[in-house]
Amino acid sequence: MTDMSLQTPAQRWAFSLPRLSYGKWGLRLSAIIYLAVFILVPISVVIIKSFDEGWEGFWQSLANPTVISAIWLTVWTSILMALVNVVMGTLTAYALVAYDFPLKGVFNALIDLPFAIPTLVTGVMLVVLYGPQSLLGDFFKNELGIRIIFAPPAIIIALLFIGYPFVIRTVQPVLEALEPNQQEAAETMGASGWRIFWRVIFPAIRPAMIAGGMLSFARALGEFGSIIIVSGNIPMRSQTATVYLYGQVEGGNMMAASAVSAVLLLVAFGITIAVEFVEARRHASR
Amino acid sequence: MRAVRPHLPIHFFILGAVFLYAGFLIVAPIVAIVQKTFSEGVAPIVATFQDPNVMHALQLTYFLSFGAVIVNTLLGMATAWVLVRQRFLGRRLLNTLVDIPFVFSPVIFGYVMIILFGREGWLTPTLFPIVFALPGILIGKAFVSVPFIIREVQPILASLEREPEEAALVMGASHWTVFRRIVFPNIWDGVLYGIVLTFARAVGEFGAVSVVSGGIEGRTETATMFVFRALNDRNDIGAYSMSLLLGISAVVILVVMNLLRRRIGK
Repeated sequence: MTDMSLQTPAQRWAFSLPRLSYGKWGLRLSAIIYLAVFILVPISVVIIKSFDEGWEGFWQSLANPTVISAIWLTVWTSILMALVNVVMGTLTAYALVAYDFPLKGVFNALIDLPFAIPTLVTGVMLVVLYGPQSLLGDFFKNELGIRIIFAPPAIIIALLFIGYPFVIRTVQPVLEALEPNQQEAAETMGASGWRIFWRVIFPAIRPAMIAGGMLSFARALGEFGSIIIVSGNIPMRSQTATVYLYGQVEGGNMMAASAVSAVLLLVAFGITIAVEFVEARRHASR
Repeated sequence: MRAVRPHLPIHFFILGAVFLYAGFLIVAPIVAIVQKTFSEGVAPIVATFQDPNVMHALQLTYFLSFGAVIVNTLLGMATAWVLVRQRFLGRRLLNTLVDIPFVFSPVIFGYVMIILFGREGWLTPTLFPIVFALPGILIGKAFVSVPFIIREVQPILASLEREPEEAALVMGASHWTVFRRIVFPNIWDGVLYGIVLTFARAVGEFGAVSVVSGGIEGRTETATMFVFRALNDRNDIGAYSMSLLLGISAVVILVVMNLLRRRIGK
């Protein structure tokens, strides 16, 4: 920008007309106001509200066995989901890229269904499938002694459904972009399939696996629609943080709601920044 | 990587595991709800949709989701443009903010709206209500779908050749003409894809809406809120019918998404 001769004609032209910079500023301001109103304001409100009664009030709202168990349930079910999702999502992405099979297009399209379907509907479908009067629900309860609906397993299944596309859609493009030559070279040199996977494929997709897993984890922390249907909302047993939050808001207990919101936001925010860090490294290494 | 026909045992093992997993996770719940909805014949389903409150909930949902699409399309395109084409202090921060609605629990957002616009709220307007009324639902639906348009348009805009625009400008075309004739046709497919995602997300929104709408039957009740109420009222077929309808509209959205994706070449 310092050397005028390096500027394109358009830039010089733009520079000479003030009318243009109004438009430029108008656009910039509308973008800033849009994101500030929708995103910065809500974050600030949550933080301000949760410190209404200082640190003490904040800690008091959190130091409550119901709150701790709700946050813990949210975190452990989300972590477990993310781990299963990373493995199965990567395997699915691999199958989609590596093999030709009938109806592959339909299967590929089906992967996006959890993006399109309301999560509340996901909850309803799972209750129908695993609920008390269903075939599968009966089987799990009577034959295996596992309660699915109104218990943590239902929460994990709901989160798995919702998180399924995240890992697949981040890993798939990386697999597609892998040079076939590398693999063929390794094959001609006599490397086994297993070795090729660990030495050639896995290092290439690892950052995408981590990014996809973390995205699905962050998404799971805030999930509400499906969980309120499948969890049964039993405090200390199947009540997650967002469901607890919902109860507090409905009951007008704003302090407790704010403190829990602040914790959830902090974790989600940390994850977003971590994902960006991983992505930045991924692009840098390319 | 090149796709091969499965021929080794390991290939069939991987495919089998994937099909089994996706079958249980995605397909089985769909089959279950279709079967259950029709378990008492078609009559109760028809009765559900003849209820004027149910029809109102559906119309309200699609109408307000359309509103959210308009807000996010206009402002989202402007934001994508600013993030790609302009350089200023705070641009990277803005870019980070865009993803927040993906991880910000909608329930929390609904709760923020109550603090801001509820009774004795910080900014409650005196002329018209926001919370427990349609504007609140619209804001909630718009919030949860902020990132989609921006994130679809941004990469297309970034990869666009600048020469045609510059040539047009030099030849005296106005900025608006350049945008309309050169930039817009290029980003249109991406915008459309973003619109579909925005619409799907807005239709399905429940967390923010359930906090902020008050769920007044026939007035502020949306489709997802009807499902929730029907379940609580033990009106199971009603809840399943509406769920199935929302599911079918999700499938339609999916088909459109795939047609568009082929066009964008993603």
